Amino acid sequence: MSDKAKNNMIRTKRVKVQSVNRSKKKNYNLIVGGSITGVILLMILIGVFYTPYDPNAMDASAKFAGISMKHLMGCDNFGRDVFSRVLEGSRTTLIVAAGTVFIGTFFGVIIGALTGYYGGVVDEVLMRINDAIFAFPSILLALVFISIFGSGKYHVIIALGIAFIPSFARIVRSEFIKCKNMDYVKSAKLQGAGDFRIMFVHILPNTLTVLLSAIMIGFNNAVLAEAGMSFLGIGVQPPDASLGRMLSEAQSYLFRAPSYALFPGVIIILMVLGFSLLGDGLKDE
Amino acid sequence: MRYAGKKMITMFLTLFAVTLFVFLAFHVISGDPATSMLGTQATPERVEALREEMGLNDPVLVQYGRWALNFLKGDMGTSYSYRMPVSEMIAGKIPVTLTMTIMAFLLMVVISVPLGIYTARHAGGVVDRVIYMINQVIMAFPPFFAGILITLIFGRIFKLFTPGGYISYEKSITGFIGYLFFPSLAIALPKAAMAVKLLRSSVISESKLDYVRTAYSRGNRTGDVLYKHVLKNALIPVITFLGMALADMIAGSIIIEQVFSIPGLGRILLTSISNRDYPVVMAVIVCIAVLVLVVNMIVDIIYGLVDPRISVE
Amino acid sequence: MKRKAMKSFLMIVLTTLAIALTGCSGDKEGGNSSQITIGIPQDLEDSLDPHKAVAAGTKEVLFNLFEGLVKPTSDGSLIPAVASAYEESEGGKIYTFTLRDGVKFHDGSLVTAEDVKFSIDKCADTNNGGPLVAAFSNIESVEIKDASTIVITLKEADTEFLAYMTTAIIPASNENPDTNPIGTGPYKFVSRSPQENFIIEKFDEYWGEPANIENVTFKICSNADSIVMDLEGGSIDMFARVTASQAAELSDQFEVLEGTMNLVQALYLNNAVEPFDDPKVRQALCYAVNPQEIMDIISDGKGTELGSSMFPTFGKYYMEELNDTYNQDFDKAKELLAEAGYPDGFTFTITVPSNYQPHIDTAQVLVEQFKNIGVTAEIQLIEWDSWLSDVYQNREYESTVVGVDASSLTGAALLQRFTSTAGNNFINYNNADYDAAFAKALASTDDAEKTKYYKECETILSTDAANVYIQDLPEFVALNKKYTGYEFYPLYVQDIAKLKLAE
Repeated sequence: MSDKAKNNMIRTKRVKVQSVNRSKKKNYNLIVGGSITGVILLMILIGVFYTPYDPNAMDASAKFAGISMKHLMGCDNFGRDVFSRVLEGSRTTLIVAAGTVFIGTFFGVIIGALTGYYGGVVDEVLMRINDAIFAFPSILLALVFISIFGSGKYHVIIALGIAFIPSFARIVRSEFIKCKNMDYVKSAKLQGAGDFRIMFVHILPNTLTVLLSAIMIGFNNAVLAEAGMSFLGIGVQPPDASLGRMLSEAQSYLFRAPSYALFPGVIIILMVLGFSLLGDGLKDE
Repeated sequence: MRYAGKKMITMFLTLFAVTLFVFLAFHVISGDPATSMLGTQATPERVEALREEMGLNDPVLVQYGRWALNFLKGDMGTSYSYRMPVSEMIAGKIPVTLTMTIMAFLLMVVISVPLGIYTARHAGGVVDRVIYMINQVIMAFPPFFAGILITLIFGRIFKLFTPGGYISYEKSITGFIGYLFFPSLAIALPKAAMAVKLLRSSVISESKLDYVRTAYSRGNRTGDVLYKHVLKNALIPVITFLGMALADMIAGSIIIEQVFSIPGLGRILLTSISNRDYPVVMAVIVCIAVLVLVVNMIVDIIYGLVDPRISVE
Repeated sequence: MKRKAMKSFLMIVLTTLAIALTGCSGDKEGGNSSQITIGIPQDLEDSLDPHKAVAAGTKEVLFNLFEGLVKPTSDGSLIPAVASAYEESEGGKIYTFTLRDGVKFHDGSLVTAEDVKFSIDKCADTNNGGPLVAAFSNIESVEIKDASTIVITLKEADTEFLAYMTTAIIPASNENPDTNPIGTGPYKFVSRSPQENFIIEKFDEYWGEPANIENVTFKICSNADSIVMDLEGGSIDMFARVTASQAAELSDQFEVLEGTMNLVQALYLNNAVEPFDDPKVRQALCYAVNPQEIMDIISDGKGTELGSSMFPTFGKYYMEELNDTYNQDFDKAKELLAEAGYPDGFTFTITVPSNYQPHIDTAQVLVEQFKNIGVTAEIQLIEWDSWLSDVYQNREYESTVVGVDASSLTGAALLQRFTSTAGNNFINYNNADYDAAFAKALASTDDAEKTKYYKECETILSTDAANVYIQDLPEFVALNKKYTGYEFYPLYVQDIAKLKLAE
């Protein structure tokens, strides 16, 4: 038994050496993740200026057309060109995810900073509100939101953004609690820096590594949440294309036109995959 | 004890805030239960008469107060759309969602703990790299899409279960659990992937710590005990994650229930929201919120047990 | 110690897995008594009281549990049911019904004249803001002449009144009609589980031709996208209203029957708001639309083009020629827009209930067709309940795509709503000629004359472009070949009693 255990320890030790070596050699996560993300971003950028067809133009004769030179990814149930719609849909998805993460980070940082730095009553009150939102299924929050303000891209962003605030606030708060008693903060205080200056100029940059990985994860969760909302019919509205919406529309035609589901699905997976590899890669640097 | 008491009070306040918010929100949105009950036969006079009868013309806060009082007395009211007691309606649904969530949780633990430890021990190896990639891809799957693929592969091609063939637990317990297995798997997989990743990095970083190194330099090679320490410490962040994942699963089951046509709390919630069936919406939300809060509380307590540095006081 | 705990934990997990996997091998029930599972897209989130139920999905199921004095047949005529005979006198002012002997309710009690009077009075009661059946406001009195004769006297003669006597007869003694439906139909209620199923079984003491299948389960299939898999996997045997695409994906294990939905699908325009208060704008929209293209795209070309608020099942009232009032002509449309003062087009919103895919799809095609004449339409999806209150009740909308069906087999069921004072005139249509023509149709006791005036109404709706008429949607019923006997009705019902096992 002890032999085996010894083995374990040796292995663990070797890991350390290896991981050090690896980061010195090649950071595959960064390379692979970066290239996937790069290609997708490039595609979205091209889509802004050029799509082979009007993404919403319908053609009854091209209904469920297969993959061909004319239609690189085939056509959907309205005879719309899937490739053009994927270009447009990726953009929508990217905007939704970025907007969501922006709202979540922005308010999360403010709340987290205030509660973490000051503690006391402010902390107690805000954290209880935070917990309340946290206990509230985010899908439900989104549903209520959409019901009040109506559907559409921007409402999805707001709804998801709010649902994302608590997790960011928690992360930032714990970082601030950790940092607020550190020496550099104390010395800044002695120099007469104001609270806000200390919070956002001195402490915030030090939480960046943690915040960055939270943003990467948040971004991916937002992409997936958008897909989930589209599935429940409360996401981006037709005729606008988003990857989630296309994927959920396509599932009715899995046998008749598998390519319709395949491409939006693959792009979502690549988008999320690229980002999380990139996130892991950055951590290793 | 004081800790538990404090937790209970915060939980109570949270519930109060959540229910009040939902109640108010539902009074802002368009569509009202009276119109919903009368459908296309509604005339302004009939809607008005029904609103009066249902007490919908009272001020919102009066309505909330009435609801809250009755709820505390154990009366959840009557469903507007089904005209049956809400308690009767959701009592049959809680076991469904709960069973599915617990199965998903067990699956997650069973899959992730061994894999996490294995990949940490063999970090950098071929298996580790392969599992890492598989993990990343699983995490990138939109949950409903994963559900559909599982139905397609295991239901349609391998015929391991009948798609849409949900069997009530009152009819057959084994059939019930059998049908819920694949939906649970769909919920568990992405969470398991995250847990593996977390556990792996946690074990690795723990074993880099000074006390492990010191133990080595002292020639402590009876590593079994040591490894237990490493594992125990490495598990702390994982437990936090598992707790959060469990809470997430309760809410996330809404989508999976929809994919697999399972009549659980999520389904009831979705339809009662669109029917403006407030008594049901409120009851389900309270149920879900209580489940989430209880899970959080349990995690806090376990956290304190595992890591003595964190005092529960 | 710990290791033991771990071990027992693992044991529990493994046992669960084992049970789960064995459970997978299916608990198919033996087929000793005939049974069928029918998928329905929405639960019966409604009162089970046939007089209070409002959702079309509830009514089509309750059709199997309840009957009126008369009942509709699949060819659109009315036959005696709880009544064995009826007589119309004084030009449609007095209706005399003779009750059938020995008709029993599901609870075993006999139907009495008191039950009939109770049922009709209940629907005519005005104490809750209006009668449950709007046409019953015309009832002067309901009298019990003797134990088996009921006389209904109307305020105004109405030759179409018999169609409303399909109103369900329920026992006066039932204390919980909302949750415990008791009727006289060929099937009786067994149980329901919200969002799961609704179970009925054959009523052995039914007065008429008995049902063929013993046990019927309506199973709620909320995920419209998995219906094909549910059918193929065997968890449901039948699903009414699959889409053309779903029908195309089904294997030859299933028979796909094709009928029509019997509704008027149109882009309904709020005639009271700008710019739709101008007939020229409405006509321009009609010229922009090509119903055939819509049908080609959303249902592989199936469907019936409509030109007014009437569908072919009504036979004598239907006017096919109205389909050609407007044929797609972009130049003509632009010309009309310019005349109306919108040479550069305009922007408007199409509000669509989110629960019904064909309407959403239709709206998407419409948006594209309107682009051709410079008109920009935006789609706004709202939940059905918001639709009911915002669009139908408060009429706060610009346009909407829905299907309007007939609640009874009368011309009035479709045309009355467009009279300027109708409570359900949700498009705010206001046309004196139309009101006059409709009043004449209603007052007329001669069938040919009535038909003539109804046709006049339809023509006005068409030429005045009250709405942009599109189609009567096709209906596809997927039925496992183990069963046969499905019949389409001109009303929104599913007659399960006619289904039987295939030989």
